[in-house]
Amino acid sequence: MVEFRMPSLGPDMEAGKLVEWRVKPGDRVKRGDIVAVVDTQKGAIEIEIYQSGQIEQLLVNLDTKVPVGTPLARLRVEGEAEPGLAAAPPPPTAPAAPSAAPPAVEALVRPPPPPISMGPVAAARARVSPVARRLAEENRIDLSTVAGSGPGGAITYADVERELRKAAAPPEGKRALWLDLGAMRTAIAAAMARSKREIPHYYLEHQVDVTPCEQWLTQKNAPRPPNSRLLIGALAIKAAALAARRFPAFNGFYRDNKFEPAQAVHLGVAIAIRGGGLAAPALHDADRLSLDELMSRMRDLVQRTRSGRIRSSEISDPTITVSSLGERGVEALYGIIYPPQVAIVGFGKVVTRPWVVDGAIGLRSVVTITLSGDHRVSDGHAGALFLAEIGRLLQEPDKL
Amino acid sequence: MIETTYREAVREAIRDAIKRDTRVFLMGEDVGRYGGCYAVSKGLLTEFGPERIRDTPLSESGFTGAGIGAAMGGMRPIVELMTVNFSLLALDQILNNAATIRHMSGGQFGVPLVIRMATGAGRQLAAQHSHSLEGWYAHIPGIKVLAPATLEDARGMLWTALQDPDPVLIFENVMLYNMMGKLAADAGPVDIDKAAVRRPGRDISLITYGGSLWKTLEAATALAADKIEAEVIDLRSLRPLDDATIMASVAKTRRAVIVDEGWRSSSLAAEIATRIVEQAFWALDAPIGRVCTEEVPIPYPAHLEYAAIPQVPKIAAAAKTALGRA
Repeated sequence: MVEFRMPSLGPDMEAGKLVEWRVKPGDRVKRGDIVAVVDTQKGAIEIEIYQSGQIEQLLVNLDTKVPVGTPLARLRVEGEAEPGLAAAPPPPTAPAAPSAAPPAVEALVRPPPPPISMGPVAAARARVSPVARRLAEENRIDLSTVAGSGPGGAITYADVERELRKAAAPPEGKRALWLDLGAMRTAIAAAMARSKREIPHYYLEHQVDVTPCEQWLTQKNAPRPPNSRLLIGALAIKAAALAARRFPAFNGFYRDNKFEPAQAVHLGVAIAIRGGGLAAPALHDADRLSLDELMSRMRDLVQRTRSGRIRSSEISDPTITVSSLGERGVEALYGIIYPPQVAIVGFGKVVTRPWVVDGAIGLRSVVTITLSGDHRVSDGHAGALFLAEIGRLLQEPDKL
Repeated sequence: MIETTYREAVREAIRDAIKRDTRVFLMGEDVGRYGGCYAVSKGLLTEFGPERIRDTPLSESGFTGAGIGAAMGGMRPIVELMTVNFSLLALDQILNNAATIRHMSGGQFGVPLVIRMATGAGRQLAAQHSHSLEGWYAHIPGIKVLAPATLEDARGMLWTALQDPDPVLIFENVMLYNMMGKLAADAGPVDIDKAAVRRPGRDISLITYGGSLWKTLEAATALAADKIEAEVIDLRSLRPLDDATIMASVAKTRRAVIVDEGWRSSSLAAEIATRIVEQAFWALDAPIGRVCTEEVPIPYPAHLEYAAIPQVPKIAAAAKTALGRA
């Protein structure tokens, strides 16, 4: 039995409020499944579980605020005996498992289904009547949020109906639940003040001709429908992610007075939220994604962030951040590093500038890339090479 | 409207049939001079004579077989078996002949026979006279099984059954014979293939038939005092079952309790519960409940006999359990 605890979603998080269970006792979960939604200062975060198994018991009620580390649920990991069966002798007809069986085979063998009797396991599982289950499915009601009033506490049609009426409440109320912009502002203030207090930033700027990128994109996007076109932002992120892999001093965390380089590149993407919020959730393994995949993950991430649905790993994982103010922005921005990260890369808007190409002056599309680096970890020289590498990568978009 | 009893309604149905169709006659043990063991045919021998009201030897197999032969020969016999308990002596005739001849003759011969019999407990007649085996008969393809529970059905089902080209069994619950009530002066034939909603309700379907109908209606009244609106369905026909009426009711109420004076195991109630699960599973809000007879031979002592068969408090309690209000 393992405990699933309230995760820390950042160095400044002390407590979280459980606002939604996505699982109920008896459900099987696997590593990476979203099991709960926790409301934090950064908004509502979808929490993933890091162990596979079966949910044994939920320990915290909805709308309860608990400190980081508080057990939220008990999980029976694969292979662990069910408590109701632990004392029971094995069925006499079952052949004894050979002790030398390879573990891979064992992993494929599913544990026996829960007993049909009213033992502790069956009783722990929420009972839902067939018609209630159907109504919930038709209306996408999460049954774990519904209290049962039927026989033995079973969830009935009337219980789901009640939940439906609740869900039909005006959507304004919902946004207030998922995205508390006031709390988010407090969190930004705390993180940025800490960054400026603790991190000795240095700043570098590099102007890069991105005409090859634009030409390549024009050609690439011509046959595509608008919703699957690539944007230059995807090229910028991929280039920054590849450069971060090659220059590990910019990819990782500074903790306890020392730098810990990260093994993977989880690139945080700064996303503005309407009404004055900001979040920088991670695009996991951004250096390994194809441009198309990166693009679709970006779209998904932006959409989910703006509707207040970020996952816990996306909030706690970024190893470096990229900020871009986009088409309507300015030519250059100098970011503040999000601790405990050690670098933030800024992309300004693409502008048309007179540029020397092959000894003649021509019009080129130019973007200003900046780096804010943590001087405790890297120096300006390394930073310059890192920025130059991003610029070089953008000259060959077909290799990104 | 006339004031009458269930017994008189059955008698009136027999009189009417004998008068309307010269092929109809009644035969059975003590139906003539004695007037029937439950006095259903009292006076009919005087009125119609021994050609139409025939006393038989105490041989259920013999006179049931004679009835089958008469039906195949063009008559429309009504065979009365004293109770379902004794009908087992005629089971070979019913199951192996009456129910099979149409099939075995490739449709050449039918058996337009009606067999009436009493069923049920409650009169302290002990185990050999009190069982409810109509559910067994409902198992048999080739026959129809009816359970009139109201005066209208007691009066009206017989004629419709006599028009059927195949055997029809009519089960009259012994506790209903003395039931009094009003019946239209011109009451006549009724359909025999539909269940009836005897009381509409939205919270739970109480599905029953025969003698249990009145207990179930009483339970529904008691439940109404607790703000539970029970719908009461009278099956009327046990074979074939009117699935459409049952499922429409369950789809509305989402809960069902079946009240059946037969024993629980392998019972008609089990069949109905299974059909609900098969056809209306996704409409269910609670496990299906059953109120059946305890699995004992029906006892002789009054208090034990009462305890053995479905009663109002048990029915109401089962309904509350299904509603999570037990």
